[in-house]
Amino acid sequence: MGKLQKNTKKTYYEDISAKGYSRRDFVKFATYMTAFMGLEHSMVGQVVKAMETKKRLPVIWEHFQECTGCSESFIRSDHPLVADVVLDHISLDYTDTLMAAAGHNAEEAKHKSMKENYGNYILVVEGAIPTKDDGVYCTIAGRTAVDILKESAAGAAAILTFGSCAAWGGVQAAHPNPTGSVPVSDIIKNKPIINIPGCPPISEVMTGVVLHYLTFGTLPEVDDMGRPKQFYGKRIHDSCYRRPHFDAGQFAESYDSEEAKKGYCLYKLGCRGPVSYNACSTTGWNNGVSFPIQSGYPCIGCSEPDFWDNGPFVKRLTNIPELGIEATADDIGKVVLGATVAGAAVHAVATNIAKRRELKDTSKHGKSNLEHLKEE
Amino acid sequence: MIKTYNYKRVYVWQLPVRLFHWATVISMITLIITGFIIANPPAINQNVEATNSYWFGMVRLIHFSAAFIAIAVALLRLYWMFAGNKFADWKNFIPYSKKGWKNIFYVLKVDVLLRPDKEHKLSNISIGHNHLAATSYFVMAFIFVLQAMSGLALMSETSDFWFTKMFAWVLPFFGGDITVRYIHHILTWVFMAFIVIHVYLVLYHDYIEARGETSAMLSGYKFVRSERIIDDEDYEPAASK
Repeated sequence: MGKLQKNTKKTYYEDISAKGYSRRDFVKFATYMTAFMGLEHSMVGQVVKAMETKKRLPVIWEHFQECTGCSESFIRSDHPLVADVVLDHISLDYTDTLMAAAGHNAEEAKHKSMKENYGNYILVVEGAIPTKDDGVYCTIAGRTAVDILKESAAGAAAILTFGSCAAWGGVQAAHPNPTGSVPVSDIIKNKPIINIPGCPPISEVMTGVVLHYLTFGTLPEVDDMGRPKQFYGKRIHDSCYRRPHFDAGQFAESYDSEEAKKGYCLYKLGCRGPVSYNACSTTGWNNGVSFPIQSGYPCIGCSEPDFWDNGPFVKRLTNIPELGIEATADDIGKVVLGATVAGAAVHAVATNIAKRRELKDTSKHGKSNLEHLKEE
Repeated sequence: MIKTYNYKRVYVWQLPVRLFHWATVISMITLIITGFIIANPPAINQNVEATNSYWFGMVRLIHFSAAFIAIAVALLRLYWMFAGNKFADWKNFIPYSKKGWKNIFYVLKVDVLLRPDKEHKLSNISIGHNHLAATSYFVMAFIFVLQAMSGLALMSETSDFWFTKMFAWVLPFFGGDITVRYIHHILTWVFMAFIVIHVYLVLYHDYIEARGETSAMLSGYKFVRSERIIDDEDYEPAASK
């Protein structure tokens, strides 16, 4: 635990070089993080300088109702420095999945760090917060998630929600949401919250937000749903490398087809790229190796709110929730339209019966007038 | 000889109203067809380089263009609600008066449920819209606004047009693109059902009343019983000048 105090007083560069990374590795890392953050190339210097001069940001990483997939994504980043920037420090402060300490020691370390860095640390939340039945569905060290979150949030400078659970509620909030899971924003109202959704989010994106805060001292600009614009400003579809096939109307209709092998657009296989905001198609995963669409599988929109209830994932049109039966808008629309046409037909027949007297009268007048036409 | 009623020609639907009507018809049909193609495109996979084909992009372009035409004429009609004649007036479309509600019940009873009309009161037959139809247009106008808003919102991400950008807030308001796209899709069916009902009822009125209900939207004229018109023998029609 002694390393903790030492580490917080180090700059990122000091920490990184102490680990044996070369200056070249460091500058390379700064360069591509600058690109990921959507900054100009000329800003590389500023990022480098920030990492050289600024002290490491104290980060508390809370885990609630989650699968730890976001942490997994994070530590599996191809570039080791990506995870190191945030994680190496957290593992010493508090992240119950990866830290060496356990039990009372771990809790003690967290409280110590929270106290020392009150008002300055970044709170990372992974996982949703169950609220039903006094929040008993997620307890750590005998305390509920709601309780822990409120305590940790009190001294946080900002809250970063890593993953769709903390940002939108996640799979456990799927209908009928048995544990009453809610996102962080439903509980904490008085702190800036940056949503970094995804199931899991891209590790470079998670790091990018932290680095942005470090470089500029401000939180990145967010959209109306609290997502940083530089990573979630575009739909996957709009920067997808298969987009030309979409515009050309070249679609794959099944996975093993000739079209799929040619890399045609996966729109008809239910790709959620056109409705999902994420950096997958520009940043890629695992150091830009690939992303789902590139691997031939349609996007399921895992960074979108309620993606878990918008199934089936492999269909363009989702079932209508709350209906109980599997029916899309088209199924219902066809029934409604059919009923309307049938109703009109029945009404037309009924009109001839119910209004027969009036119709007969009109016809009589008409015929009479015909007979009395003046000769030209 | 059996006496028939005398009818007089009344200029009910002014040109902007008719222009709005038919421009809406054309754009709506275009929007529905292209909309369903966009929702579930046929996989016409020509064996060409993607660069050399743009048919799906064209379908989307047609959809967007038709949408802007529909919105433009809707705005024209909105203006005409304040500038047009009394049949075009906005007051027609909200059943705020007792008279309006009475007419709604009359139309429901006589035209929808086909009960006999015992009174045969002339004032029950509307010269412009009947109040039930007018109210349904008000509801459809509301649905049109929703449809236009959701469509423009979905477009706003890739558009630089300030008008489209104005609706970007709709996406987070309804909880993301998936939901907005879904609303846009469902409402299309509402429009289709409305078209069936609307066309049927126009034909119904024309069939029962035989006073040019359908052609009125082309010519602008409806035939009205002469008893309802103040007789003015000296009036010289503009057309004969």
